[in-house]
Amino acid sequence: MLSVLCACVIAALGLPVLVPRLPAAWRPSLAILPLGSFVYFLLTPISESQLLLTELPPVHLWLKLDGLSRLFALLITGIGTLVYAYSGYYLKNHEGQGRFYGFISLFMGAMLGLVLANDLYFLFICWELTSISSFFLIGLNQQEAKARSAALQALTVTGLGGLALLGGAVILQIHTGTTQIDALAARMPADFSVGITAALLLVWAAAFTKSAQFPFHFWLPGAMAAPTPISTYLHSATMVKAGVYLLFRLSAAFAAHPWWTPVLTTVGAVTMLYAALHALFRHDMKSILAYTTIAALGILVFFIGWASPLSMQAALLFVLVHALYKAALFLITGAVDHATHTRNVLRLHGLRKQLPALAVAGGLAALLNGGFPPFLGFIGKDLMYEALLHEHAVIGVPLLLVVNVALLYAGLQVGYRPFAGSAMPEGEVSKVSFWLWLPPLLLAVLGLLFGFLPQMPNALIAAAHVAVGSSGFAPLQLWHGFNEVLAWSLATLLAGVLFFRFWPMNRERLGWTEKVEMFSPAALFTWLASSLQLFARRYTSFFQHGYLRYYVMTVVAVLIGGISLLLFDDFAFKGSFEPLLELTFYELGTLAMLLAGLVFVVFTPSRLAAVAGLGVMGFAICLLFVFYSAPDLAITQFAIDTLTVILFVLVLYKLPRYIRVSSMAVVLRDGVVSLVFGGLIALLALQVIHQPLQRSVSTFYAAQSYVAAKGKNVVNVILVDFRGADTLVEITVLSIAALGVYGLLKLRLRAEERRNRA
Amino acid sequence: MKSIILKAAAGFLLPLLLLFSLFLLLRGHYLPGGGFVGGLVASIAFVLHAFAGGMKKGQKYFPFHPGFLMPVGLLLAFLSALLPMVTGDGAFMTGLWYPHPVPVIGMLGTALFFDLGVYLLVVGVTLTIIFTIVEAA
Repeated sequence: MLSVLCACVIAALGLPVLVPRLPAAWRPSLAILPLGSFVYFLLTPISESQLLLTELPPVHLWLKLDGLSRLFALLITGIGTLVYAYSGYYLKNHEGQGRFYGFISLFMGAMLGLVLANDLYFLFICWELTSISSFFLIGLNQQEAKARSAALQALTVTGLGGLALLGGAVILQIHTGTTQIDALAARMPADFSVGITAALLLVWAAAFTKSAQFPFHFWLPGAMAAPTPISTYLHSATMVKAGVYLLFRLSAAFAAHPWWTPVLTTVGAVTMLYAALHALFRHDMKSILAYTTIAALGILVFFIGWASPLSMQAALLFVLVHALYKAALFLITGAVDHATHTRNVLRLHGLRKQLPALAVAGGLAALLNGGFPPFLGFIGKDLMYEALLHEHAVIGVPLLLVVNVALLYAGLQVGYRPFAGSAMPEGEVSKVSFWLWLPPLLLAVLGLLFGFLPQMPNALIAAAHVAVGSSGFAPLQLWHGFNEVLAWSLATLLAGVLFFRFWPMNRERLGWTEKVEMFSPAALFTWLASSLQLFARRYTSFFQHGYLRYYVMTVVAVLIGGISLLLFDDFAFKGSFEPLLELTFYELGTLAMLLAGLVFVVFTPSRLAAVAGLGVMGFAICLLFVFYSAPDLAITQFAIDTLTVILFVLVLYKLPRYIRVSSMAVVLRDGVVSLVFGGLIALLALQVIHQPLQRSVSTFYAAQSYVAAKGKNVVNVILVDFRGADTLVEITVLSIAALGVYGLLKLRLRAEERRNRA
Repeated sequence: MKSIILKAAAGFLLPLLLLFSLFLLLRGHYLPGGGFVGGLVASIAFVLHAFAGGMKKGQKYFPFHPGFLMPVGLLLAFLSALLPMVTGDGAFMTGLWYPHPVPVIGMLGTALFFDLGVYLLVVGVTLTIIFTIVEAA
């Protein structure tokens, strides 16, 4: 199994380089990669034991192939084979074909890893990889703004879900003590605590976003901007099924939770009804298929929600049926688009003359989709009705009837209508290669074959049924005899055909949906995203306005607020003014110098004079340091002040004349803020002096300075020895600051030089 | 800013201040001084000279950009801190000392090389910042 995943990764790396060098005719043969994997999964027996391959804590690379994994792995590789072959021809003139094969291989590997994973974190990693690779696939036509924004939207929605999944995995690990998925059910606490419920909600968020459940469904129709083979692969059979797979996989652990059935059935019901009705109003073939896919996913969630053996069986079978017909219909859409350059069902008619093989495939796929006997779809639909009739007939059956009729209608729109009626003009339709009609035909025929011989998929579905923890599998049968189920099934078919016959698609219908467009989740999402951006912009420009004076004022104001909060909480003035009487004359002289400098700085009309005043103040402070026996501090301050003055003079010398632009009010405000802050600091200093001092640290340094470090200057010994590691980090920071200044200013210089030269 | 007195004085001040900065560096372990202050004084010497004689002339004393002193100083400080680990005499930053006094320098130990690294780095940082800002202004 690991080798299959590795092959996908190697292909993802190699194919972007290899494909453009390959002759176009050979490119469909790349399908050998998924085909080989398909055969491998077909032949490998189900291993209930898990394969412990390697451990990279906290991610345990546990792979396990059980019935459920095999059902999905076969779908992924099987439809993958057809898509690889189909795209070799379909995209042969696309400049991004190499990229396409690279990303789709990555996607296939991630998807296989997801369904094989038996570890929550490995599953999460694969989950994210599918989101990321599908982002690139949806945006394959990277020149189109529409494709890019659709890709981004899909990534945002599914990426948010991925984060939720990670959160859920972490919570599950905390509460159950394991990340091993098949051990979760046994370790699940009998009473679902708040934590487990939170994990369940997060897992749901992941599944609903990935599987496009209402109200997160809107990214899926947008994702149809991708070339059709990608839509086929990602949005019919695989990626969107990942959420459904997760629900299947965790149903054994969570199905007993009291919220499981109400939430899933409600979400599923709303989604399937909403999307099925929406599909009726579309006339772009891909758009119709997108909405029917959402509806199908809703059906799956709905049935997983009931969590009875029969409903699980119905859901599992529907996974297979849906993959067959939806992939076929998508591939047909692509072929029709390729031949006629339109996907509008209003403009397509009579294609059976020019594209006979495709018409056969389309007809079969539409019948499979509708659930006509003897197709596999018929068995699937019967099972659904049977599951609902057993327990939840009153609401479930009519609901399902409406959805199934709508799906049948939509299937006929795509699979039948373009081929029926009078032929289109000869020039508007080009021939299609067998690479384009064979894959959908194959899928449709398979759907017919499985219907005749239900024992073929029987074992596959039964094994998956065991894997989801259900018992009591009823073997698949085409004919159940005359009963209520058959009545509902035939009623569906009759209603659907009559509906299609007497309510033809017309142009105005799309307009109806546009009226409610502004209330749709998609519009809400866009509104939310743009308001978030607007908020971010406002927020940033409010705090990062670029005015140094306001930055300083904000910092000072916060400090004033914080300090006064603490200082005046329990305030008793401890300072005394008596020591002022003991001031010597040279201390007083220095103070006078300090004050004179201060007044001069504030009131001088010249910048240079202000700088000189600042220098005077700095040197006065140095003197104070000297008086109070801090020579190291004094000498450093002295050097720094000298440098500052020189720097200011060098720079200010070149500035224009100083003009006083501040109004009187601004000057007063600044003065008040400065005085309050200075006063507060002075008060703080006076209070601090009267705190009892802890001397143990300084005593230790003083005592050990010579003994341990052979130095008599304690300050320096602390710097280079006791706290040398701090100094090392500090000088590193200093160099980074210097590099920052250099980089910022030099870059601006270069830009100016370039401007001057130009 | 053409002052003949300043210009003439700066010529004498440069070697004197540099000598003074070395003096501060070396005495740091016993008396006020040290690598940081020494580096600042050395920077002042160069900046003052550049101030008096023009930036171009000030920078010509450096055959390389003063910024290169930063990695050199950093490396020196780091290696002197690392040395005891390499020789196996102790943990990171353990002080190692040559047992006998060396003339002029005094006691020789890893702390001195650490301080020398700080000195070089401070010169590099200060001159890089000042020269860049002045150029940009």
